[in-house]
Amino acid sequence: MTDSKYFTTTKKGEIFELKAELNSDKKEKKKEAVKKVIASMTVGKDVSALFPDVVNCMQTDNLELKKLVYLYLMNYAKSQPDMAIMAVNTFVKDCEDPNPLIRALAVRTMGCIRVDKITEYLCEPLRKCLKDEDPYVRKTAAVCVAKLHDINAQLVEDQGFLDTLKDLISDSNPMVVANAVAALSEIAESHPSSNLLDLNPQSINKLLTALNECTEWGQIFILDCLANYTPKDDREAQSICERVTPRLSHANSAVVLSAVKVLMKFMEMLSKDLDYYGTLLKKLAPPLVTLLSAEPELQYVALRNINLIVQKRPEILKHEMKVFFVKYNDPIYVKLEKLDIMIRLASQANIAQVLAELKEYATEVDVDFVRKAVRAIGRCAIKVEQSAERCVSTLLDLIQTKVNYVVQEAIVVIKDIFRKYPNKYESVIATLCENLDSLDEPEARAAMIWIVGEYAERIDNADELLESFLEGFHDESTQVQLQLLTAIVKLFLKKPTETQELVQQVLSLATQDSDNPDLRDRGYIYWRLLSTDPVAAKEVVLAEKPLISEETDLIEPTLLDELICYIGTLASVYHKPPSAFVEGGRGVVHKSLPPRTASSESTESPETAPAGAPPGEQPDVIPAQGDLLGDLLNLDLGPPVSGPPLTTSSVQMGAVDLLGGGLDSLIGDNNFGAPPAAAVPARVGAPIGSGLSDLFDLTSGVGTLSGSYVAPKAVWLPAMKAKGLEISGTFTRQVGSISMDLQLTNKALQVMTDFAIQFNRNSFGLAPAAPLQVHAPLSPNQTVEISLPLNTVGSVMKMEPLNNLQVAVKNNIDVFYFSTLYPLHVLFVEDGKMDRQMFLATWKDIPNENEAQFQIRDCPLNAETASSKLQSSNIFTIAKRNVEGQDMLYQSLKLTNGIWVLAELRIQPGNPSFTDLELSLKCRAPEVSQHVYQAYETILKN
Amino acid sequence: MIHSLFLINSSGDIFLEKHWKSVVSRSVCDYFFEAQERATEAENVPPVIPTPHHYLLSVYRHKIFFVAVIQTEVPPLFVIEFLHRVVDTFQDYFGVCSEPVIKDNVVVVYEVLEEMLDNGFPLATESNILKELIKPPTILRTVVNTITGSTNVGDQLPTGQLSVVPWRRTGVKYTNNEAYFDVIEEIDAIIDKSGSTVAAEIQGVIDACVKLTGMPDLTLSFMNPRLLDDVSFHPCVRFKRWESERILSFIPPDGNFRLLSYHVSAQNLVAIPVYVKHNISFRDSSSLGRFEITVGPKQTMGKTIEGVIVTSQMPRGVLNMSLTPSQGAHTFDPVTKMLSWDVGKINPQKLPSLKGTMSLQAGTSKPDENPTINLQFKIQQLAISGLKVNRLDMYGEKYKPFKGIKYMTKAGKFQVRT
Repeated sequence: MTDSKYFTTTKKGEIFELKAELNSDKKEKKKEAVKKVIASMTVGKDVSALFPDVVNCMQTDNLELKKLVYLYLMNYAKSQPDMAIMAVNTFVKDCEDPNPLIRALAVRTMGCIRVDKITEYLCEPLRKCLKDEDPYVRKTAAVCVAKLHDINAQLVEDQGFLDTLKDLISDSNPMVVANAVAALSEIAESHPSSNLLDLNPQSINKLLTALNECTEWGQIFILDCLANYTPKDDREAQSICERVTPRLSHANSAVVLSAVKVLMKFMEMLSKDLDYYGTLLKKLAPPLVTLLSAEPELQYVALRNINLIVQKRPEILKHEMKVFFVKYNDPIYVKLEKLDIMIRLASQANIAQVLAELKEYATEVDVDFVRKAVRAIGRCAIKVEQSAERCVSTLLDLIQTKVNYVVQEAIVVIKDIFRKYPNKYESVIATLCENLDSLDEPEARAAMIWIVGEYAERIDNADELLESFLEGFHDESTQVQLQLLTAIVKLFLKKPTETQELVQQVLSLATQDSDNPDLRDRGYIYWRLLSTDPVAAKEVVLAEKPLISEETDLIEPTLLDELICYIGTLASVYHKPPSAFVEGGRGVVHKSLPPRTASSESTESPETAPAGAPPGEQPDVIPAQGDLLGDLLNLDLGPPVSGPPLTTSSVQMGAVDLLGGGLDSLIGDNNFGAPPAAAVPARVGAPIGSGLSDLFDLTSGVGTLSGSYVAPKAVWLPAMKAKGLEISGTFTRQVGSISMDLQLTNKALQVMTDFAIQFNRNSFGLAPAAPLQVHAPLSPNQTVEISLPLNTVGSVMKMEPLNNLQVAVKNNIDVFYFSTLYPLHVLFVEDGKMDRQMFLATWKDIPNENEAQFQIRDCPLNAETASSKLQSSNIFTIAKRNVEGQDMLYQSLKLTNGIWVLAELRIQPGNPSFTDLELSLKCRAPEVSQHVYQAYETILKN
Repeated sequence: MIHSLFLINSSGDIFLEKHWKSVVSRSVCDYFFEAQERATEAENVPPVIPTPHHYLLSVYRHKIFFVAVIQTEVPPLFVIEFLHRVVDTFQDYFGVCSEPVIKDNVVVVYEVLEEMLDNGFPLATESNILKELIKPPTILRTVVNTITGSTNVGDQLPTGQLSVVPWRRTGVKYTNNEAYFDVIEEIDAIIDKSGSTVAAEIQGVIDACVKLTGMPDLTLSFMNPRLLDDVSFHPCVRFKRWESERILSFIPPDGNFRLLSYHVSAQNLVAIPVYVKHNISFRDSSSLGRFEITVGPKQTMGKTIEGVIVTSQMPRGVLNMSLTPSQGAHTFDPVTKMLSWDVGKINPQKLPSLKGTMSLQAGTSKPDENPTINLQFKIQQLAISGLKVNRLDMYGEKYKPFKGIKYMTKAGKFQVRT
């Protein structure tokens, strides 16, 4: 006899039959009927019509029948709230039952019934159960608080259940502690700001004690909770680590990974010289390796996390390369992850083994996997210089296989190898050219065209090859078209005599027959470059390209640090911070790794303590040069042509608007001849240079030539207060000098003369650089405009607010005082652009407490306009990154007194509903942040 | 926490759903079906699938997808571990875990699931506690229940759930007191073309079946505990004692449980007990290929290798194979291109071999990929890592138990590239 008999009556009168059976006098028949109802329910049939009949069966001594009815209630109470009330009495009675199992079951079930009316009755029994003598009831009640909170959060707070729950953290029974922690964590998730899990050394100690004795699931909750704690110094961190380490030997992989999270996070606080630090590193490797022998689903999650761990601390798994070797019957999602980690672990020591493996993988069946394996060979070549030659020969072997997709992938990666090691492997070009015809994927075609263009002088029939591509120009994808255009221009510049016709052909194809603005604009640029100044064209197009460097796919260091705090969570699987995907408007607290703080007895000198490791020791977090270049080129347009001639030529062209988008795409593409990076820092203090992008974008171009944003004049001193003298003014910064633009109006009836001005001491030492000169007496109703040059060598006194300036103006009538606030951006100096490495080091160096976060609301700008706006006010973008659809701009600025301010500006383009920008500022003098933020807002919104 | 669970068979039907919080419409599984369609094989369905409002975490076992739905940030490993625990529990309850069995026992399944999670928080996942709460169905009990009207739900508070040793109930009584331990090691290895080892590791477990009266306290010591540097213990093992003395000291759960699993990594030399000689060649010109493999013992410490099964996925271009084995039986499925050869025991004097030809699709070029050979085998009375139990002692009880230890080595993922 099996339960399948419950499914057999699927006739029309089924509900009717069941109804009759439920109301039967015979106990056994009743139970069978309830079972049938439950069976129908599990397969998704609607049996809600039987509600009153099933509830009638609830008052019974038979535990199984009771449980079955409870199951039914939980499912259908929501749709029949009025009926559900009928069950309340039985629930309340059951909560008083002498059997703790029944008490627990009743309170547990009541919490699952999501009906407001029932919830009201739940409060009293729940309060009792939370203080029940039996731990089984208490632990069930703890979870019930979380349920109730989900249904009615206000009620839970009003009834003081949260405090009772907090008290349960000190319960004598470890399971109760674990459940209380779990419930509090879940509640806290919907109230990120609330301080529900207020952790202090005492409560931490209690959790650590409970950790040893509670169930595996409880251990996960407790460990995740511990990970949110920030120990006060390295000693506390070490002692917690010591007590968490045994969890690494747990059979449950989730416990292991949560323990790894705690250790990875607290390790940050330990000094690397400590013996314990080394011990801990050694202890982390075996459990991570063991995770890889678990079921494939577990392996996948583990691998995603290991990917983060090897980026943060590559030393942990550096000897464990072999466990990441791919097995033939691993699921594809495991294979791809393993491959990724293999590349990250590849080093000179193990490269031979890795290459042999990768070559093996390249002959497997699964196309995606094979492609990734071929790419991986290329990444090895770029990462481990000593192996480049072997990688290239391996790739050539693979090309010989003539397997179509292998050949295409190989050509794409060989292009990158050429970029990394120019003039070293060009001998293979001939082999590549043989495969020209088999390339049908845009990326491979583009790569091949790039190679032909780049090495046109060494390929005898380069013109023929490119010409053959040109025939089907219109059918190619944009990527290929752009590459072809550039390649032919390169070819022309190298062999001008025989290719004139070809270049004309491609230029006309690009400019006249194409609808694609990028292509058209790039075509126009080349055309004009070639026709106005071929030498300049050569310099631009054939410029020496900076080398690309290894690992372009490293996770950005700040994001990585945040993700390390989320090991074992969904965030770590997606490599995105929870804020990027957690649903709803719930604010998510950004987590960050704790800074290393030595305990007071530590002998370390104060200089080294807070700074963490010196930047030189962490080459792993310095992002690749490759994208650095991309960013530099995107932002600092410093072509070798000087400013003014370009202005004139652009005006002559007439069709200036054509260049609007073209320049960006032209320079943004680092695959082709871009201006040398060396030219970039050359633009010091030349507003014309910095306005280059504006020049092309003529709508605003001429207007912004002046430099910093200038606020409209405001009335500083009303005539009422100054016996008829009205002063309004503003501050400007132009070509490195600050001035105060004043407008004096005489609203009195007498002539004013003998003007003089003086500043009180102020925060940045602003002082007039010249006397106030009003040449003629100011007659009644006359207005005069004066620009008063300022310098910053005056005496300094900290003002409140910081940018307050007290001014005294004297004339023949009296002395008047007023104070005004100057916008901070007039103090941003022209050489405020920080070197990128320096920026990274400084960013890390400045303690996290000095970081300030701001929101700039309703500012629908994209990254380009924002950075060009900011740049004209001397806020320099050092790098740009696109992280999950958000643009992150990293910027620096320097104040006249030498204070550096570093900024990270987060922009979400393409998301019209999200027009807020997020700004986070780091500065050694955190008091300026507020004013820098105001400056940002002013600049961006005008 | 875990919101809902859907069980889906390989043809894409949802045959059971369970919700621990509010009801989530089963249409959420459409995202899963999409992923299922994209994946070529069931094994390749990604275990984490995002949907606009939920996340679907799934495991695939016994040809059933167990799909958990979560709504908040929950550790995915926690969910996946739990799902595997659900499967293990079903298997424990019903002997096998399959769609018909689950359907047959749907009410028990539902009751068990209800006990395992409360509001998405794990409640009782130890199978011996669950069995106290809800008795597994047996033919006898069903008969008795129908006659006496009693039920298969226990009405006692599961005592284990409250004691300091939650994995053991009190008042256990046996007439024959016995404790058996099985040391089982699986070799995962990749052997390259030339026969040298690319990677090899041993996954070992010690499974126990302990039927002892009262509250026995056991210690187990090893001859060579240094082999065990990467271990995961059952919660009953006292970790401190292991750290300091390398002795396993524990109060065992009642019945079957996994005491320990360990990992002997590539760092140590792993003995490879078998070798495969192979000669698989395709020629460009002819539509015939040669196929020859021989299996032989290598480092077996004098033990016999048995239960040998050779499988290999042949390239798509292979139409058929005509092979003769020197022993055992072989099959080749021309549709899936799967070659399987059940070898049986290896006699070192007369090595088993499989020889013959492959016919290829005429006119096509020779296949790009080389077939990989998967090997299964068993060696009784041998733990290939060399692990040996020294002695087992019992404290806390007066009687003398019967003790037994068995060793076995098996192939895990053992692959030979050609």
